[in-house]
Amino acid sequence: MYASLYVLKAFGVTLRRFVESYVDDLKWFLKGGFGKRYTPDALAVRQSPKGRGIFTVQYPAERLPLPERFRGFPFLVYDDETGKPLCTACGTCARVCPPQCIWIVRASHPETGKPLREPAEFHIDISICMNCGFCAEFCPFDAIKMGQEIEIATFERDGTLLWNQEKLLRPLSYHAQIHPTDYAQEQAKRKPKKKKA
Amino acid sequence: MTEVTPEPTNGLMAELQERFPGAAQPAPEPQEGLTIARDRLVEVATYLRDELGYAYLSNITSVDYPEGTNGLPPRFEVVYHLYQPTGGPLVLHVHADREDPAVPSLAPLFPSANFQEREAWDLMGIRFEGHPDLRRILLWEGFDGHPLRKDWHEPYYEEDHKPFSSRFPEGRPMPAEERTLLRRNLRYPPGWSPRDWRPMADTWGYTPHDEVAHQKNPTHPADRVVLNMGPHHPSTHGVLRLLVTLEGETIQKLEPMFGFLHRCHEKIGERNTWLANMPYTDRLDYVCSMSNNLGYAIAVEKLLDVEVPERAEYIRVIMAEFTRFLNHAVSIGFTGNDLGIYFTAMLYALEEREFILDLFEMTAGSRMMCNYMRFGGVAHDMTDEAVELARELAFERLPRFVDKLEAFLTDNELFRARTVDVGVLPPEQAIAYGCTGPLLRASGVPYDVRRAEPYSIYDQFDFDVVVGTNGDAYDRYLVRVGEMRQSLRILQQALNRLPGGPVMAGKKKATLKVPAGEAYGRIEAPKGEMGFYIISDGGPNPYRYHIRAPSFINLGVMGELCRGHLIADVVIILASIDITLGEVDR
Ligand code: SF4
Ligand code: SF4
Repeated sequence: MYASLYVLKAFGVTLRRFVESYVDDLKWFLKGGFGKRYTPDALAVRQSPKGRGIFTVQYPAERLPLPERFRGFPFLVYDDETGKPLCTACGTCARVCPPQCIWIVRASHPETGKPLREPAEFHIDISICMNCGFCAEFCPFDAIKMGQEIEIATFERDGTLLWNQEKLLRPLSYHAQIHPTDYAQEQAKRKPKKKKA
Repeated sequence: MTEVTPEPTNGLMAELQERFPGAAQPAPEPQEGLTIARDRLVEVATYLRDELGYAYLSNITSVDYPEGTNGLPPRFEVVYHLYQPTGGPLVLHVHADREDPAVPSLAPLFPSANFQEREAWDLMGIRFEGHPDLRRILLWEGFDGHPLRKDWHEPYYEEDHKPFSSRFPEGRPMPAEERTLLRRNLRYPPGWSPRDWRPMADTWGYTPHDEVAHQKNPTHPADRVVLNMGPHHPSTHGVLRLLVTLEGETIQKLEPMFGFLHRCHEKIGERNTWLANMPYTDRLDYVCSMSNNLGYAIAVEKLLDVEVPERAEYIRVIMAEFTRFLNHAVSIGFTGNDLGIYFTAMLYALEEREFILDLFEMTAGSRMMCNYMRFGGVAHDMTDEAVELARELAFERLPRFVDKLEAFLTDNELFRARTVDVGVLPPEQAIAYGCTGPLLRASGVPYDVRRAEPYSIYDQFDFDVVVGTNGDAYDRYLVRVGEMRQSLRILQQALNRLPGGPVMAGKKKATLKVPAGEAYGRIEAPKGEMGFYIISDGGPNPYRYHIRAPSFINLGVMGELCRGHLIADVVIILASIDITLGEVDR
């Protein structure tokens, strides 16, 4: 028969895949103490280039860990102790943002009217943000970072995704938790400065 | 990066000036190349093509100078980039009147000019006299004006250049839709109404049908039929419409129509700052964002004249070659889909792609919209973990995948029956149509920008330029497989020699000024030659930013390739050209 050999060979690949998947499933099922097939240990192997068998992760029931550098949407960092945002309203992020979706109002002194080094209002239109990460990359005060929240879909298109400062703020400890390497580097940079001062 | 473009020898300039006295002059600084008198253009181009071997008209674009520069009056300029098939760029400038711009068309001489001149007409409003079919190509007929002109403003217009002053320090948010209300952001040309509009393209399509509908073809019982494939067709790889005139099942005429994804990338690019364009280039060919980044970075670095650290160069090559692998794997997988091997081949290809995307995500922070290159380096260093993954892929996993792919497809009778001798592209035609990439090389033309004009550090690697012999869909497949193996070869060398050190020259700068001048940076992107033509006026924003998109120009030969084939072959020919609509429509 025409080409039957190749058809059979191709079926063979699929069949092997099928069997391997179940063998693998069983293996990790037993290893996990009759628990889940997708424990973090299992994912690290099954999703790596060494993995065999099926490749699918049943999102959203199961999730893959995101790498540290993952760029979701930006958030503003505030100090855990003082509760104050680290942002000094320097405007770098608003200038560098490619789709221009950051709006900042600089606070001014209530009496003298002199500009202060903190934002009065801070808005990001998340529906326009293109997740480029420039704001976090170029902020001189490490006050804005790229978060890992991605499930932000809403039913409306008017304004629900225009986030204000309140919605954007996350504690510094959260930043330390999701970006450990980045945080360690920042701290290392910050410390010698403090000593000098 | 200080890649020296091989300048056309002064001998050539002298020869042209001697032969066409008064018609060819060196372009004024800081431009490159020659300025050609408008009325002698066809003559000069014919001479260049026939006598000097500049057969390859790669790029046509236009620039608007409403103020006039270099002591010249307000004008439009049409810029041509010509090559010999062995390299050797030549830049020609032709001036056109600002009020009634018209330039003789080169489309009769170089078929590759056809689409590009239509694009220049569409976006810049320059008439090309003698063009066989000068219609809008990306925009529709109800569009008012020519958007790339400097005095054209979009409905959401705020300012000429970003950053907009309304963002800081008094940045009260004003969503674009509130500034210009939905439905009011639409503008028609004067005297034009959508009610009595009959799409020009459709007039073209249906007239012959009307003519032949009543008189049966004497030699063939079937009538001529006009068929629309797309815009929403599963095998058009995006929103592409193919207007096909059929005689029975045989294709008489085929015309691709596109622009459904058009966002005037070039206009956005001129509003943006230099750096802010980087994430936008990701969205051109969204399968290969790393190579788009590289092309743009190289073009701007030509003007900036910065030295890229060695480690950054290696990382760039690693990323670009992984991208090539990924693109070819996906392209072959989707060819399978179009052939009716539904999803089997594709899913296996996507699985490998997934690992490469993991690598990108780990390194750059995003899987597809990498935004990874910066002027003078790359954004982040590759971590040890990433290098390990890259090694595992380049040395173990991906070679296995290519072997498996070949074992199942290369000699597969079914695959061969559908692809051998389908869509044959002779080498002369490939050059005339400006085809690049695997499409050109499958026709037996060993032209690869990595060899013809090495950029980055490609001159330090051993690799072969893979060529085909027949120029059919099967050969294009073979060339892609061969290139995947060559990519792995480059990757293995690069990963073995990956040096340490910084990945960025100097400090990252958010705003940078680029010295005035013009530059054309080109790379061998997976789909063909990707060129970025940029003009700087010394400011923080590009004055002109044009992209030579390989998919767009390769698509120009689609009609030729399909003529005489069966309708069932259209999808295979389209898949073998390998386009991404994000890049075609820009
Ligand atoms: S760059 Fe940083 S410090 Fe400056 S305004 Fe933006 S978030 Fe605040
Ligand atoms: S991630 Fe990019 S687009 Fe989004 S707010 Fe930051 S700079 Fe703007």
